[in-house]
Amino acid sequence: MPRPYGWHANLPHPTDCGRQLSALDRAMPAWPVLSRLWRRRKRREPVPWLGPGIFLGGLVPLGYVTVRAIQGQLNANPIAQIENELGLSALVFLLASLACTPARRFLGWTWPMRIRRQLGLFAFFYATLHFLTYLVLDQFFDWDAILADIAERPFITVGFAALVILTPIAVTSTNGWVRRLGYQRWLRLHQLVYVAGGLAVLHFIWRVKIDVSQPLTYAFILGVLLGVRLLWWWSRKAEAHR
Amino acid sequence: MNQLPPEPPSSEVTPQHLYLSRREFMRNSAFTLGTAAVAGGGLLALVGNAPPPDQAQAAEAEAPQPEPKDVAALGRFDTDETQTSYRDITTYNNYYEFGVQKEDPVRNAHALRTRPWTIQIQGAVAKPQTIDIDDLLKSFPLEDRVYRMRCVEAWSMVIPWMGFPLADLIQRLEPTGDARFVEFTTLSRPEEMPGQRQPILDWPYVEGLRLDEAMNPLTLIAVGLYGTPLPNQNGAPLRLVVPWKYGLKGIKGIVKMRFTDKQPLTTWNRAAPREYGFYGNVNPDVNHPRWSQATERRIGEFARRKTLPFNGYGDWVAHMYTGMDPRTLF
Repeated sequence: MPRPYGWHANLPHPTDCGRQLSALDRAMPAWPVLSRLWRRRKRREPVPWLGPGIFLGGLVPLGYVTVRAIQGQLNANPIAQIENELGLSALVFLLASLACTPARRFLGWTWPMRIRRQLGLFAFFYATLHFLTYLVLDQFFDWDAILADIAERPFITVGFAALVILTPIAVTSTNGWVRRLGYQRWLRLHQLVYVAGGLAVLHFIWRVKIDVSQPLTYAFILGVLLGVRLLWWWSRKAEAHR
Repeated sequence: MNQLPPEPPSSEVTPQHLYLSRREFMRNSAFTLGTAAVAGGGLLALVGNAPPPDQAQAAEAEAPQPEPKDVAALGRFDTDETQTSYRDITTYNNYYEFGVQKEDPVRNAHALRTRPWTIQIQGAVAKPQTIDIDDLLKSFPLEDRVYRMRCVEAWSMVIPWMGFPLADLIQRLEPTGDARFVEFTTLSRPEEMPGQRQPILDWPYVEGLRLDEAMNPLTLIAVGLYGTPLPNQNGAPLRLVVPWKYGLKGIKGIVKMRFTDKQPLTTWNRAAPREYGFYGNVNPDVNHPRWSQATERRIGEFARRKTLPFNGYGDWVAHMYTGMDPRTLF
């Protein structure tokens, strides 16, 4: 007579269940450890999976272009395609990091603020890879040509300037650097990202041969994100005057 | 009789704290992967280029994979450099009538109907007429020409064209004394050319040559590639090839030739007069205002190579520009 509940509720359990453990079950001893890590993260981070998720997702453009490059699935000019995709990834991350504060103020979301630093670092990561592709794959360390490009071609000048601006911002992105610089000075430095965003979009617009619809879309998004900040700044000034 | 198997030993039963930690771990892992999928998917949609649709892939698979032209059979105009693969020549195109991305023409050009097709001959010629493409193809013996092709975007290919010299056609049309330039026009058919539904350029595409440039023995009307008919994305059924000029001068899908005494206003010249002039001669010393023309990337090669004046065809064409300021010939 089958018991209605308990171990033998529905199926007689084979006595040799130990040998039928799945791979997941055999990995069981790791779970309490991993679970404790999750819980420790959770004390600081109410949404412990958000950061790791963005980290994995952020690597997708790099992984996708790498896989296609290895399999020979890029187009006839793979170096240009790698350059373009990495550069566009950098711009997308830069705009995403600039969208975090408006998202909090307009939508009341707090989770974007928790990944803002990560988004900004991804922007720097992809901007660096974009530049390295230009340096190594495109020009192959032809320093004369590179210096001429930076000095004489405005679109390369502004793109390079954006990377130069992003570098100290990325380096000082840690909590330790906020303390070392003092919040006000740190903030002033990090507000340079607005300039970098403008230069990056300009770099994109000037690079395109004729159809600027795609770069202008990004320019419009950047304009909105910077425009709301300008409005806040004005209204803060107006309040201070009252 | 109704015996149940014995309870498993307690050592086989998952302790509750492990059971709970496993759930927590799995839940967090699932959320992590979900976030990664959403973020990664969004990035791919914005950044990654979609692979060509099945139709284009199928067409590509069916396409002939011809052999390069035999080096021993090379003529005096042919280059013996490694010929760019048929696949690269037919999948990496600038043909804005089908979209601005390099992959757009191969994706979209299959919708173009190239028969019936006529070419209108207008202006300063003895016999203005409308020529059917099939009559035209029967009128001239086709020859192979292996030419370098240098794009204004600083990449290049080596392409074995098949066609006939434009001079042969022009001679038969008997231009009058007023004919100093030839203006070419591309088909305008937005329903089959999706790029023409957007105001990317001032459609239809117009190009032009001075009459002596058009009569130069290098100037070719191409109707084929690797000994096979021209694919739509490369300009079927007929296109212009002017190897000492940037690729944008090689107008595709020609439906009209007009002989005139005034320099035609070409499409790129009109769109950006500071960047594209009438001549478009390849010149490493005259940079595009936004990028260098000193070097180029040959498709299929890693290192950049130096760009040659007149794309290496100076012996045949330089005499046409004596006394002219090379800086005005961009």
